[in-house]
Amino acid sequence: MIPFILRRLLVAIPTILALIVFSFLLMDFAPGSPFATERGVPPEVLANLEAKYGLDKSLIERMGIYIWNVVTQFDFGPSFKFTDRTVNELIAQGFPVTLTYGFWSFVVAVAVGVTLGVMAAVFQNSWLDYLAVGVTVGAQVLPNFVMAPILVIIFTLWLGWLPGGGWQGGQIEYLVMPVIALSTSYMASIARITRSSMLEVLNAGFIRTARAKGLPMRRVVMRHALKPAMMPVISYLGPAFVGMITGSVVVDVFFSTGGIGQFFVNSALARDYSVIMGITILVGMLTVFFNLLVDILYAWIDPKIRY
Amino acid sequence: MAQGSTVEAVVEAGEMRAAKGRSLWADARARFFRNKAAVASLVVLVLVVLFATFGQTVAQWSNEEIDWSLLGNVPQAGGPSLANGHYFGVDETGRDLYARTVQGTRISLAVGIVGALISVVVGTSYGAVAGYVGGRTDGAMMRFVDLMMSIPYMFVLILLLVVFNRSIVMLFLGIGLISWLDMARIARGQTLSIKNKEFVEAAIATGVSTPVIIFRHIVPNLLGVVVVYATLLVPQMIIFESFISFLGLGVQEPNTSWGALINAGADNLRNGTPWMLAFPLSFFIVTLFALFFLGDGLRDALDPKDR
Repeated sequence: MIPFILRRLLVAIPTILALIVFSFLLMDFAPGSPFATERGVPPEVLANLEAKYGLDKSLIERMGIYIWNVVTQFDFGPSFKFTDRTVNELIAQGFPVTLTYGFWSFVVAVAVGVTLGVMAAVFQNSWLDYLAVGVTVGAQVLPNFVMAPILVIIFTLWLGWLPGGGWQGGQIEYLVMPVIALSTSYMASIARITRSSMLEVLNAGFIRTARAKGLPMRRVVMRHALKPAMMPVISYLGPAFVGMITGSVVVDVFFSTGGIGQFFVNSALARDYSVIMGITILVGMLTVFFNLLVDILYAWIDPKIRY
Repeated sequence: MAQGSTVEAVVEAGEMRAAKGRSLWADARARFFRNKAAVASLVVLVLVVLFATFGQTVAQWSNEEIDWSLLGNVPQAGGPSLANGHYFGVDETGRDLYARTVQGTRISLAVGIVGALISVVVGTSYGAVAGYVGGRTDGAMMRFVDLMMSIPYMFVLILLLVVFNRSIVMLFLGIGLISWLDMARIARGQTLSIKNKEFVEAAIATGVSTPVIIFRHIVPNLLGVVVVYATLLVPQMIIFESFISFLGLGVQEPNTSWGALINAGADNLRNGTPWMLAFPLSFFIVTLFALFFLGDGLRDALDPKDR
C-alpha cells in the first residue's frame, strides 16, 4: 500500500508543478502592466512598484520564488489590484464558505444518488424505478446555472420560503438552495451509475447463491451487492469533485455566498492575475489531492487491484 | 446540422447496402427508427436548427435595434406580443428577445458542433495512434490525457480567456483544448480491440504503412462509437459554453448565447420580466433533452454491445 501511495504522489507532484509553471508563464505572457492606469505612472514610481512586487527580477527567478513561496509557506503573494490584500487573505475569507456548502452538496449528491440508484435497481421496472430514471434524465439538462434561477423562482419569488442569496455565517436557510443547485446534476449521474452497476451485480452468480440460501433481499443488497456495485461510483467521485468545485463559482456568483468563486470571477473581470492564478493553483492542488484519495480508496476496497 | 447530416449519411449508407442484404448500417437504421424518443428528438433538433438558420427572416426587429417606445417600461409593456412584433418580448435594454434568441441559438449550436468536431478529429486520431502504436508511446500519450483531465480545466480556461482577451475564437480554442480528451480514451479502447483483427494483419502482411493502416483501416471502424459519443459531446459543449457565458466571461455583447441570455434573464428575475428567462431557458432545456435522447438512440442503434 505504501509504495502504491508513493508512486501516486510521484505523479501528483509533477502535475501540480506543471500547473503552477503553466499558469505563471501564462500570466507573464499577459499584455499590459498590472500597474498601468489611465493617467500613467511616472517611471520612478513604476520602478519602485516593480521592485516591491519583485517584478524587476528575471522570469526564472520570479517563478522560482513564487513556487518556493507556494510550496514552503503556501503563500500566493499579494493581489495586484487591491494593494492591501494578499491572495491568501481572500482565500482564507472565501474558502470556508465554499468548503461548507461544497461538503454538504457532496454528501447530498452521494447519499441521495446512491439510495435512488439502489432502490431503482432493486425494484427494477416498478414505478420507483421509472421515477428514479425520470429524475436522472431530467436532472441531466439542469446544470447548476439553470437550477439556480429555477430554485430562486420557486422558493424565493413564489413561495417566499428562502432568502434569494447571501450567507450569514451559513445558516440553514442560506445553505439549502446552493446545495440543491450544486448537487442535482451529480446526484443524477451517481444515481444512474449506481443503478446500472447494481443491476449488473444483482444478476451475478454469487447473488443468486445468496438468495438461494435464503437470505432476505435487504441483507443480500446491503452485505453482498453494495460493495462491488460501488466501484464505478467511486471512480466517478473524482470528476464529480471537479464539477462541483467548478460549479461553486456559479453558486458564489448567483447566490452571493462569498466563497472563493466570487473572488475568482471578480478578479477575472478585473484582470487581477495573481488572484486568478492563486485560486486556480489551489483548486488544482485540491483536485489532485482528492483524486489521490479516491485512488487509494479504490485500491483499498477492490481486492482485485494490485498496487 | 452536424448530427443531421451524420444521421443522413448513416441512413444513406444503410440504403446503399440494403440491396445486398441486411448490413450493419441497415440494422442500425432499423433499430434507430424503432426508438420513438430518438426520432422525435431528431425532429425537434431539425426544428431548432431551422429556427437558428431561418428564424431571423420572420423577425420584425433585428437583434441590435432598440425599441425606444418600450425602453422605460419593459416590465409593463415589454412582454411577448404579436401586436408590436416582439414575439418573445424585449430584453432589459429594449432589444427584441426573439432576434436575440435566434442569435444565441446560432452561437450555442455552433459551439456545440465545433467542440464536437474538434474532439472527433483530434481525439480519434490521438486515440487511434496511441492504441495502435502501443507500448511506451501509448503510455506517455495516455498519461498526458490523464494529466489534462486531472486539472480543473474550467479555471484554466477562464485564466486563458482573461489573458488572451475574451473572444469567440479564444472560447472555441479553449473548448477544443479539452473536448478531445474523452474521445481519445474511447478511440484508444476501441483501437485496442480492432488492431488484432485479421484485416489489420492482412494490411500489415501486404506492406501497408502504419499511418495508412491507422487512418484507412482502423479509423473508419471506429466511426460508429465516435458518432455516438460526438452526439453526446454536443450537449456537454453547449453546457460548457453556457456556463462560462453565464458568468459573463464567455461571449461578449453584442454577441450572445443561451448561457448569456439565461444569465440576463436570471439577473432580471426580480424586475418582473419572466419571459427573459423563460424563452432562452426553454430552448436550452428542450435542445439538450433532444440531444441526449438522440445520443441514447444512436448508441442503442450503433453500439449494440452497450445494451
